[in-house]
Amino acid sequence: MHVPDGFLDAPTSVATGVVAATAVGIALGRARRELDDRTAPMAGLVAAFVFAVQMLNFPVAAGTSGHLLGGALAAVLVGPWTAVLCLSTVFIVQALLFADGGITALGTNITLMGLVTVLVGYLVFLAARAVLPKRLASVPLAAGLGALVSVPVAALGFVGLYAVGGTTDVDLGLVASAMLGVHTLIGIGEAVITFLAVGSLVAVRPDLVHGARPFLQRRELTILGPDDGLDGSGTLDEQGTGAEPSTSQEASA
Amino acid sequence: MGAGHGHALHFHGHSAVHRAPAHLKVLALVSFVLVVVATPNHAYPVFAGYAAVLLGIAALAHVPLTYLLPRLVVEVPFVVFALLLPFLSQGDPVQVLGVTVSQQGLVAAFGLLAKGTIGVLASLLLAATTEASALLLGLQRLRVPAQLVQIMSFMVRYLEVVTDELRRMHVARESRGFRARDPRQWPVLARTLGALFIRTYERGERVHLAMLARGYDGTIPAAALAGPTGEASHGHVGHGHQAHVASETRPHPGRAAREVGA
Repeated sequence: MHVPDGFLDAPTSVATGVVAATAVGIALGRARRELDDRTAPMAGLVAAFVFAVQMLNFPVAAGTSGHLLGGALAAVLVGPWTAVLCLSTVFIVQALLFADGGITALGTNITLMGLVTVLVGYLVFLAARAVLPKRLASVPLAAGLGALVSVPVAALGFVGLYAVGGTTDVDLGLVASAMLGVHTLIGIGEAVITFLAVGSLVAVRPDLVHGARPFLQRRELTILGPDDGLDGSGTLDEQGTGAEPSTSQEASA
Repeated sequence: MGAGHGHALHFHGHSAVHRAPAHLKVLALVSFVLVVVATPNHAYPVFAGYAAVLLGIAALAHVPLTYLLPRLVVEVPFVVFALLLPFLSQGDPVQVLGVTVSQQGLVAAFGLLAKGTIGVLASLLLAATTEASALLLGLQRLRVPAQLVQIMSFMVRYLEVVTDELRRMHVARESRGFRARDPRQWPVLARTLGALFIRTYERGERVHLAMLARGYDGTIPAAALAGPTGEASHGHVGHGHQAHVASETRPHPGRAAREVGA
């Protein structure tokens, strides 16, 4: 849920706005390393994907449903800095064109749901991937663990901001326990769905999953002549990273 | 392809508010809501004044209240929180309708509701009176990094394409008898997300190749941001070189369709 206007006082809102602007600035530079000159179209399309992800409702029980925040999912799929950029773009467009989330709370929303979920999710993902067996099958599991931790940590971040700049004097312990309780449940849902979604992607297009790249073997392109039969003799080094050669590499060549 | 043809919340019109430069509207929105947020909770007449200002702007823009009010539902979840505040807050107990609640909590709940509602209403007015393309140009004029504006323009341009794709997948699932009732159906829905990601990513690669083929050099001229109608681009296409590049990378509706089908 997006933080609306008036939840946090003006100084805190401005401070989180500065944090968010700095983070987006850094992400702009780093994302170019993850995407090179494809940054604008790819980040834009992935941002549209994240927006769509937040539209897909998952039924929970008794008629209620929830949706994915998508921070950890985006980090594993496209890399952390591109993900920060995409989620920030989503929150800016939602605030300006959809009146969703307060305009003064934009910095807070970007910081908590764009920056904290992505970075925490990705760090936990990296740690889990390092510990788990070095196989493709570990990637969805690590992604799920990242999602599981990222949501309650973002909720704790909100409690921290609330302690500094909250506009009401509700008992902090009450806020903390309520936020943590609810968001641990949300985190479990986020983890299961992230695990399943990354699993389905790793099964068919592992080359598109940023977090799975270390486990992809470089394959040699084998060219069979008419007389070669099945044990092709001529081999060429090709920079394909997955089952299919990536079109982008052809384009930049 | 929604570019240049308004978006979900856009209310078509030609009032002074619609014509006002987008960068001024964004600045006005941010400073207005900041002032609202900084107002003490117990300054009741001031909030009435804020509401009057917004209603005045809505009247000036010819946006009817029947259009704005139903769209306030965005804030429903947090209204629930505000209504709980009088019971959760610490402070002097007072009797309201025979129920003992905290007086500070009551004031805080009023402040939250007033600030939140005024904030949503102000944002709604911006969205209702500003085309997406004009907004992007306004952000560029406010010195938002060009790269970020580019990313936003691609997101806005392809938002409907991607969400329509999701909707078609939904129709396809339902027409095969699938109903999402409880978490047992999550694997199917998660695979939908996986498939949507593949389609979106590959579309992004095709769009990038189509841009390269049209001479994309890392920058997008202002005229292209303005979209096919080019309404907001007066004064930006005058420069010879820029105008040339604009005609190369300008997203013509038919051309965009070819990019999609590439």
